[in-house]
Amino acid sequence: MIAELGHFALILALAVALVQMVVPMIGAHRDDEALMGVANKAALVQFVLIGFAFAVLVHAFVTSDFSLKLVADNSHSAKPLIYKISGVWANHEGSMVLWVLILALYGALVAFFGANLPSALRARVLAVQGSIGVAFIGFILITSNPFMRLMPAPFEGRGLNPLLQDPGLAFHPPFLYAGYVGLSMAFSFAIAALIEGRVDASWARWVRPWTLGAWVALTIGIAMGSWWAYYTLGWGGYWFWDPVENASLMPWIVATALLHSAIVAEKRGALKSWTILLAIFAFSLSLIGTFLVRSGVLNSVHAFASDPMRGVVILGIVTVFIGGALVLYGWRAPALKAEGMFAPMSREGALIVNNLLLSAAGVAVFIGTLYPLFLDALGGPKITVGAPFFNMTFVPIMLPLLILVPLGPLLGWKRADLVAALERLMGAGALAVLVSLCVFAFVSEGPWLAALGMGLATWLVVGAFTEFAARIALFSGPLTTSLRRARLLPRAQWGMAFAHGGLGILVAGLVGMTAWQSELVTALKEGESATVADYTLTLEKVGLRQGPNYEALVGVIRVKKDGKDLGFMMPEKRRFPVERQEKTEAAIRTNGMSDLYVVIGDDNGHGGYTIRAYVNPFAPWIWGGAIIMAFGGLISLTDRRYRVGAPTRARLRPQSQPAQ
Amino acid sequence: MIMRRVVLTLSLFMALVSPALAVNPGEALSDPALEARARTISKELRCLVCQNQSIDDSDADLAGDLRKLVRDRLVAGDSDEQVLDYIVARYGDFVLLRPPFDVTTALLWLTPFGVVVFGGVGLWLAFRRRSVTRAPQALDSEEKSKLAALLNETTPRD
Repeated sequence: MIAELGHFALILALAVALVQMVVPMIGAHRDDEALMGVANKAALVQFVLIGFAFAVLVHAFVTSDFSLKLVADNSHSAKPLIYKISGVWANHEGSMVLWVLILALYGALVAFFGANLPSALRARVLAVQGSIGVAFIGFILITSNPFMRLMPAPFEGRGLNPLLQDPGLAFHPPFLYAGYVGLSMAFSFAIAALIEGRVDASWARWVRPWTLGAWVALTIGIAMGSWWAYYTLGWGGYWFWDPVENASLMPWIVATALLHSAIVAEKRGALKSWTILLAIFAFSLSLIGTFLVRSGVLNSVHAFASDPMRGVVILGIVTVFIGGALVLYGWRAPALKAEGMFAPMSREGALIVNNLLLSAAGVAVFIGTLYPLFLDALGGPKITVGAPFFNMTFVPIMLPLLILVPLGPLLGWKRADLVAALERLMGAGALAVLVSLCVFAFVSEGPWLAALGMGLATWLVVGAFTEFAARIALFSGPLTTSLRRARLLPRAQWGMAFAHGGLGILVAGLVGMTAWQSELVTALKEGESATVADYTLTLEKVGLRQGPNYEALVGVIRVKKDGKDLGFMMPEKRRFPVERQEKTEAAIRTNGMSDLYVVIGDDNGHGGYTIRAYVNPFAPWIWGGAIIMAFGGLISLTDRRYRVGAPTRARLRPQSQPAQ
Repeated sequence: MIMRRVVLTLSLFMALVSPALAVNPGEALSDPALEARARTISKELRCLVCQNQSIDDSDADLAGDLRKLVRDRLVAGDSDEQVLDYIVARYGDFVLLRPPFDVTTALLWLTPFGVVVFGGVGLWLAFRRRSVTRAPQALDSEEKSKLAALLNETTPRD
């Protein structure tokens, strides 16, 4: 009965979304406040209805209601509670409900906090959001009903893919979706602006926090996914350029470009139509990602169901939204007048270079992911595009961008003095060279390019804080003055310093792990030892452990370094009887600078067990860097500028924002 | 040959995929130089039954067979090039993680750099045109009066 109520709520939500799509748009066209006001109410009601449907689904999973086909197919009564909950979105139908729930949440947030938006703009934004809701709620109801009943209900469910029963992966989809769908807000604002034919500073000021929020969520989601791959797949890899990973990386790259171009649109009134185009592309890539992952075009752990009908419908939705948006863009964008003159050597110019390189990097990922599909569809040869391709295209395009990152923020708006900016980066440059030389002189292993890589990382981190230090007069005045200035500095400044610095940490992690990893692959019997880097590993004992819904083979390994006992590590190999699958659970011992990573494999038939151990220098920095970047984004989100009534201020002082 | 080595070194340096490690005990060759070459070659070859994983990354049996094949060829005295050719002759281009540059893949390889080059040139030209035609000029009197009228306007549009 409850499930039927959930289903009914979803149908009602579709009806409400239809109203939200049509009525406010007409209202905005006729300048009718009453009709425009429908948008707010519809957005809130839609959120409540979808929230209810989602809660019903969670209830069904938590109570293991196997009369629902979805629960029976994806859950099991012996599963820990957290995986019963995450099971809701660890399947196609449930994840689509989560998708529209987040969409509706964002719509509700605009309705709730959007009082300072011009009412026509708000009505149009919510109408576009409504149209996305119509498409996806309709898609769920027609092709992927999560509330389908099973008759008769089975006694037990079929369980959840053990690979997905993991804390890292339990929350990976919600973050990714928050990012994907967050970009729908930028898209809706872009479409609304094209319909109005007007983009002003207040528009850009509204788009920025949404993009920033989506970017933070995407950053966390992608980092979680790669962290999961690192500790669960059992060979220390963390990024495989798998099409499904690329599907999340592409929107991230374009969102990064959009964040930067929106700054120019807000502060200088330039790059408006380009910013709108990026907003369209960012969400389009989210849709394409959804299509790639959900349609079964690609096979992987993410492609839950390969139902061709779903693929066709999603392709239809993707085509309509992207095609429609681009046609609208082609028709209306020429009407957007660019303002803000600037010289090529300026902050604007630097941000354009940023956008050019990020776009090219995004194209590299896009074409690398889709080209094999196109070639195959056109009857060409079957080819594979893997890591070596991306290392030769994506990486060389990103390198110059990384080198330029510290420079951009030091250039002034309109017309900048390059020499002065470079002079201020002398300290960062000197440190970078010093680090490179030290690595080159003292580390004998690994490719010599690693020394340059570490120099680049230093350049990024120190460079990120150069401007920061100058603005708070860190070394040129008393400490108390500096602290006071630091407190008064706009949060966006703090955010940028952290985001750029985090990028440097991330680069150090990538370089260090790639260049200096040590490995050990061997078979050990109980009592035998082996060494990897400075560590001595002794397999003391192998035993079995009973988990809630699995049985684990546990290796008890004593770790010693330079004769000092560091305690035990216990890697596991888990067998899930219900799902009939196995999963390695690596034991990772980290000291913040490097990881000791140990995996136990099967019995080799002669009383020994396969033991793989890696020392991964700087590996924790990869995820640490990503988290710092996301943290920077969060700080920036709390900037005062986003909370004050932007349109009011713009009205009082038109275009007189001091260049920052 | 030199180009190839540069490329391999570069990709090793830049590799976002770690030098990974599904090699099983007993598979490795005793000669470290030969083993290092085997590992480098393995990273270029796809495990045909997996998702975009190299045979160096995969636990699949087929990947193990290919790793052994690579090592057998190296021990037999093949150059890196010959080993790759040997395997491509049997499994087709599909086995290469880095597709070869030819008519069908030219677009794949050139587009990313094309975006940088043409985008850069296009931007440069746009800049030059704009600075010629749209150099800032002082307002004439008509514009000045319009501006004054606009500034005096008190009721906002929304």
